[in-house]
Amino acid sequence: MLRQTLHMLGKEMLTEWRQRARISGVFWFAFAIVLMVAFATPNSAVLPQVAGGTLWLGLLLASTRSLDQSYAVELEHGAMEGLMLWPVDPIAIYYGKALANTLVLVLVAFALLPLVIAIFDAPVVGNPLNLIVIVLLGCMALAAPGTLYGLITSQARGSSVLLPLLLFPLVVPAVLAAANATTKVFEGDPMEQVPSWLALLTAFDIIFWSLSGIAYGKLLED
Amino acid sequence: MPRPVRSPALSVEFDLVRRLQIGWPASGVRRGCRPCDGYGPLGRCSIDGSQITNIVALLGLGFLLASAAPQFRRALPFAWEHPLGLAGLVLLVVGNWLGLYYAPQERFMGDVGRILYVHVPAAWLTMVCFTLAFLFALGFMFTNRRGLDSAMEAASEVGVMEGALLLLLGAIFARPTWGVWWSWDPRLTSSAVMMLSFVGVLLLRGVVQDFDRRATWSSIAAIFAGVNVPVTYYSVKWWRSMHQVQSETVAGSTIDDGMRWVLYFNTYAFLFLTVWFLARRWRIAETRAQAAMPEPLPQATT
Amino acid sequence: MLLGPNGSGKSTLIRCLGTALRPHHGTVHLGGHNLWEERAALRSRIAYLGHQPHLYDDLSGPENLSVWARLGGYTPDIPALLARVGLDPDRRDPVRTFSAGMRRRLALARILLKSPNLVLLDEPFTALDPAGRLLLMEVIRSLQDSGATLLMATHHPSVARQVCGSALILDAGKVVYSGAIDGMPESVMGAS
Repeated sequence: MLRQTLHMLGKEMLTEWRQRARISGVFWFAFAIVLMVAFATPNSAVLPQVAGGTLWLGLLLASTRSLDQSYAVELEHGAMEGLMLWPVDPIAIYYGKALANTLVLVLVAFALLPLVIAIFDAPVVGNPLNLIVIVLLGCMALAAPGTLYGLITSQARGSSVLLPLLLFPLVVPAVLAAANATTKVFEGDPMEQVPSWLALLTAFDIIFWSLSGIAYGKLLED
Repeated sequence: MPRPVRSPALSVEFDLVRRLQIGWPASGVRRGCRPCDGYGPLGRCSIDGSQITNIVALLGLGFLLASAAPQFRRALPFAWEHPLGLAGLVLLVVGNWLGLYYAPQERFMGDVGRILYVHVPAAWLTMVCFTLAFLFALGFMFTNRRGLDSAMEAASEVGVMEGALLLLLGAIFARPTWGVWWSWDPRLTSSAVMMLSFVGVLLLRGVVQDFDRRATWSSIAAIFAGVNVPVTYYSVKWWRSMHQVQSETVAGSTIDDGMRWVLYFNTYAFLFLTVWFLARRWRIAETRAQAAMPEPLPQATT
Repeated sequence: MLLGPNGSGKSTLIRCLGTALRPHHGTVHLGGHNLWEERAALRSRIAYLGHQPHLYDDLSGPENLSVWARLGGYTPDIPALLARVGLDPDRRDPVRTFSAGMRRRLALARILLKSPNLVLLDEPFTALDPAGRLLLMEVIRSLQDSGATLLMATHHPSVARQVCGSALILDAGKVVYSGAIDGMPESVMGAS
């Protein structure tokens, strides 16, 4: 299964590379959201406080675009059905796709981070290495349930509304934890809260990366 | 006539520890049978509210259990849920009167606290409905029985309806007590997330036409959504919340007796009505599913 | 071969046999195994070519075959396979630029990655030019020579009878004829 997962990841990365113009579209979409929040906040003194939340809002909305595209590739010529009928473990398909989606989100996050810090004038008082960990765990938390629900919504009508509606309530704990942890790194963490937020993110990741893999096989058949 | 000895159950001396507990501090105004010590408008009071509630509960739950037996259901000249529904409606009317007029005022909140007699049952029944939806979804994933899919649809929809009532009543209650219609405290946030999750499940069912896909996809979504129920319930314990902690636990109750029986009376009213709604909605879902299912082809002779 | 008017259930039957659809009633057995319950193990022995080519638009022909081969654990000679279906092994253009006939040839190459016991073809002659049809017939014969059973749904019985020994005719989901091709109603043969 590990071999199949890696091959699946390789296939995803190859198709993503061929569509890199579309991937950059995901980044620009997230950046546009970040800019809109900055424009829509009349009191610029408040901006540094909302930098962390805005980063994750942008990533959350961008993740739905990225997931839609990831499945559009599969549905174009029935490749998804081909995967189901091929001797491939559905769990390997899931983990390959989820890892690929995570990597895309991580790339977008690292591209967005310096821009958010600059535009929102966020001071990075805490340890910047914590930001790397938060981004990694947070993107994993968005990609895992998103890859699962993306399979459903890409084949249903009204997917542009359905994916956010199904995904967002599910990832609220992860977004809360990531946004709070990021804000604490930006503003300083006198009460040492970042480790507990990271613990919540880690627990979320473990739960969803294991449960979603099990559920994926059932969803693929139907 | 000599003044009768006060019954301990009607004593005004409440436990000081209980009075200070978070929850519902007991009202200083003693109730049991109004308007005075052991006497009601009919002379010596013989009505014990908690006994009435227990009788109601026994009858209703007994009927519900009996309805599980197919022979009992077949013996009835009407659908088994109708007596429960009717009982629920009557109990709701009586329960509202009890809550609005009969029950004692809450110590700190006064008459504002009376909304708790409907808010709390709505909360309990919302979580019961969503838990049932979770269980039915799990059951469908393991057994593939169409009836469980219909039951999951019914439980999700009735749960969303009750949840909307819960949030509305909560907002009405929050305004005079907390000063705001809504706050992002853990209990309210988790309730909103739980509601949104199940609204998503219902929307998903609405857009997918194929029966197998709809059943499997919405079952998975309901299982994930159902995880929110214990999170919502324990949110007041796990995090610091403005919302009070549970008053009714296995360890004991922090509610005064005179108030608790009114609460349970209303809870049974809500329960019987919810069962009626669940049963009716399940029948509708089953009828639709049966109509959509194609007939099996005749057996081949070769 | 599987014949019948539009909407008679040919594609549905083929998809059930290919484990792409779960039947609501009845069971299918392949070599004594319940097809749906043991589908994970049996899928490596079934080759299904339907209306969809199951290809990735952004990858080239060799890349598509390479991806599917790695996922399935096969190690084919990809240039030889492409040549066998009449495609240029050195062409690096993405599948998006292929014609419908070229996509069907590539889809055929994809199912040849497996060594199937059961080959299911749903209207395989669609979009193929005469050279493509001849090539397909040749590929089918070689699969049959290696022991595979073929079921082909088609609207071209006069072409299909060259590789098929028996016929199944469906009408509104019911089997109306099952037997040798020679015993088929003339109206069916004349309609092609």
